[in-house]
Amino acid sequence: MSKLSRMLLALGSLLLVGVLWAPIWRIHLIAPQYPEGLGMEIRADRVHGREEHDLENINELNHYIGMKRIETEEIPVLRIMPWVIGGLAVFGGVAAFVGRRALAWAWLGTFAVAGIVGLGEFWWWEYDYGHHLDLEHAIIKVPGMTYQPPIIGEKQLLNFTAASWPAIGALLAGSAFLLGAAAIYLARRAPNRQVANAGD
Amino acid sequence: MKTSFKRSAMLAVASIGAIGILYACATKGATTQSLVSGDAASRVYVAPGSYDEFYTFMSGGYSGQVSVYGLPSGRLLKLIPVFSQFPEDGYGYNEETKPMLQTTYGFLPWDDSHHPELSQTDGVPDGRWLFINANNTPRIARIDLTRFETDEIIQIPNSAGGHASPFTTPNSKYVVSATRFSVPIPNTDVPIDSYKKNFKGTLSFITADQPGKMDIAFQILMPGYNYDLGHAGKGPSDGWFFFTSYNSEQSNTKLEENASQNDKDFVAAVNYKRAEECVTQGKAASRPSDYMHNWIDSTSRIAKSEKKTSVKMIDPQSCPGIVYYLPTPKSPHGVDVDPTGEYIVAGGKLATVIPVHSFTKMQKAIADKAFEKEIDGIPVLKYDAVMAGEVQKPGLGPLHTEFDGKGYAYTSMFISSEVVKWKLGTWEVVDRIPVYYSIGHLMIPGGDSKKPWGKYLVAMNKITKDRYLPTGPEMAQSAQLIDISGDKMKMLLDFPTIGEPHYAQGLPASIIKDKQLKYHKLAENTNPWVTKSENDGGITRTGKRVDIKMIAIRSHFAPDNLEGVQVGDTVYFHVTNIEQDWDILHGFAVLGANTPELILAPGETRTLKWIPKGPGVYPFYCTDFCSALHQEMQGYIRVSPAGSSVKLMANVSKKSQAQIGDAKKGQ
Repeated sequence: MSKLSRMLLALGSLLLVGVLWAPIWRIHLIAPQYPEGLGMEIRADRVHGREEHDLENINELNHYIGMKRIETEEIPVLRIMPWVIGGLAVFGGVAAFVGRRALAWAWLGTFAVAGIVGLGEFWWWEYDYGHHLDLEHAIIKVPGMTYQPPIIGEKQLLNFTAASWPAIGALLAGSAFLLGAAAIYLARRAPNRQVANAGD
Repeated sequence: MKTSFKRSAMLAVASIGAIGILYACATKGATTQSLVSGDAASRVYVAPGSYDEFYTFMSGGYSGQVSVYGLPSGRLLKLIPVFSQFPEDGYGYNEETKPMLQTTYGFLPWDDSHHPELSQTDGVPDGRWLFINANNTPRIARIDLTRFETDEIIQIPNSAGGHASPFTTPNSKYVVSATRFSVPIPNTDVPIDSYKKNFKGTLSFITADQPGKMDIAFQILMPGYNYDLGHAGKGPSDGWFFFTSYNSEQSNTKLEENASQNDKDFVAAVNYKRAEECVTQGKAASRPSDYMHNWIDSTSRIAKSEKKTSVKMIDPQSCPGIVYYLPTPKSPHGVDVDPTGEYIVAGGKLATVIPVHSFTKMQKAIADKAFEKEIDGIPVLKYDAVMAGEVQKPGLGPLHTEFDGKGYAYTSMFISSEVVKWKLGTWEVVDRIPVYYSIGHLMIPGGDSKKPWGKYLVAMNKITKDRYLPTGPEMAQSAQLIDISGDKMKMLLDFPTIGEPHYAQGLPASIIKDKQLKYHKLAENTNPWVTKSENDGGITRTGKRVDIKMIAIRSHFAPDNLEGVQVGDTVYFHVTNIEQDWDILHGFAVLGANTPELILAPGETRTLKWIPKGPGVYPFYCTDFCSALHQEMQGYIRVSPAGSSVKLMANVSKKSQAQIGDAKKGQ
């Protein structure tokens, strides 16, 4: 791969490292009584409120509909996400260093699978919280009503409008993916390790 | 005969008609309609969801509190309890706030609050605090403007009628308090008619720039007159304070007549920088004087009281140059210093002019020793040597003056019921507007400071009569909003007010609105009886005292079933609102309690003391509509006869669950 391709790949890997420190997704809730809104941010390793007590207050409101408490400790995927993202970053770095197209392809493929699984897992998590309600203790029960927010976009859930949008971490990850794809595209005809390999 | 009868009848009808016309003419007065210009409604309209441009803080007068309004709408935003118990939220009743109303006379449930005063930085209101005085039992309170709560109250000893208070120096180093009533100092049993011999006044300077640390810096012992109002100098006159006095006749009876004899009374000009020097030089005597200082601890939010026992008292005879008297016609009420600090305007309430003193001339007169005489070591300056000018024919009963920062002064006229606008320097009246009825104070936001925001003027009227739908003999007081942005004053709005506002203060909302606290941090709550989570509540007994720790959160109390209390016990409900969300308050009340409810801000702990009178089961409930299930937010406490074997039980914590187990085993 050309020096440029390898640099793009390396840059993509660096962006992935950044994902570890940035919110990946954010869910914002607005209701007549909450004009200022309540917000929650999902990071690689934890879920937290946008403001200091937002998550507490979301959980406090969710107890009326029998939703499980949203707590980092209760979401196992948050324990492996940092390793997956970190692993991808290291993998990308190695691929950039080695400079072989096949390795870059393998990285991009792994990345794609991880991304799809990650979004699928996120959807499932939202489905689980939105559908599996503790109806025995739920205070407000609306027949047929479930509370799954969308992955992207807005949805009315009783008095709340739930808006879910990718945050800076997701944008970084997306950029990393595109940089990797660009690197492979630019290297489509060049021999492997064209420039940096001079010493070999 | 017939004709003459007819003629007489016609004459009679005609004369009745004439009388009728005369009567109609005689009763036709100026109506407000003619005063309100076309766009008044839109000028005061604040659309739903929009904010007012100014906060206005009005004293509550005989309500003892402070009320907060928005301008230009005149909408009531809040009542802040200060000197009176407030059953609406339990202030002065619950265990945490009771010490705020402690004095050397014991617990006082009421006072008469007169003059709010915003703290200042470099002579401009800064929105840190609002101070207000208690007139009856002299005290000064500090209200924190991030919470709109009374945080501190200091009692003023050697004083009676704390009326000339709590006016501030330009950086709020001091606020002041002067005796309206002179009294024997120290207060002892003497014949009332020994007034001239035994009665004295005091001017007190209270350090004010450290929250929780207000103290009497020094008091100045004055001749026994009535000290009425005050204002600090600023700019060139910084370091001086001006107080009005009346009853220079020193009468102790029928003051209405006897204190209105002299053509001139005095403005006392106090050089407080000089007073500080005298204190440093040890010229102030330490006088035994008991007074209370009460303040709220910032993290436990529990009020504490300390008794202080001594003040530094300065006698002007031992500290020359500290006070001068400026002769001022006649029985002056307000004394107001213009934004430049040069002019000192007195409201001689029985005077036919508004006298204005010049600070420059006053300094020259002092240097030239242009003294008329001396009273108890206080030189009286010659009127002509200090007078800058007199506003001629201003109206009747001038009381108070505020400034617009554009070279004009506005004086309230109690008797002729009007506001008069006049020009500083030329002393000519340029405009006048009637107000309804009998105005006392007036207020321009920042109008007593170096930087007035001269857009609106609020007239605080003493008599309401027919201004609103009638409500029996006792009616709300009435305020009026006047536009002063143009050459001519324009009447915009009437709005009723709470208690009897005397003075008010105002400032642009932008200075304080973004500094407001939304909730107290539960993690920082250090009340010894705080309950920080659902499982930590419980019930404990110490002899005849039972303490209940309880949380309130949407929409339940925990614990909510309590047993084991006996007749003869004193029960303390320590309730903590563990919400950490904006404007989610809870309340707490229990059947048959002899004190009002608790209102709990998020993160706050409050304690209600309850002495159950007989056996039974008593419900308690949330009094502040908090959530959709507010009506379900309730619980029961069981009271058993003295000596009962029912064990203590609270249905929350693991520890309590164990106690329940023990109790069941016991039965």
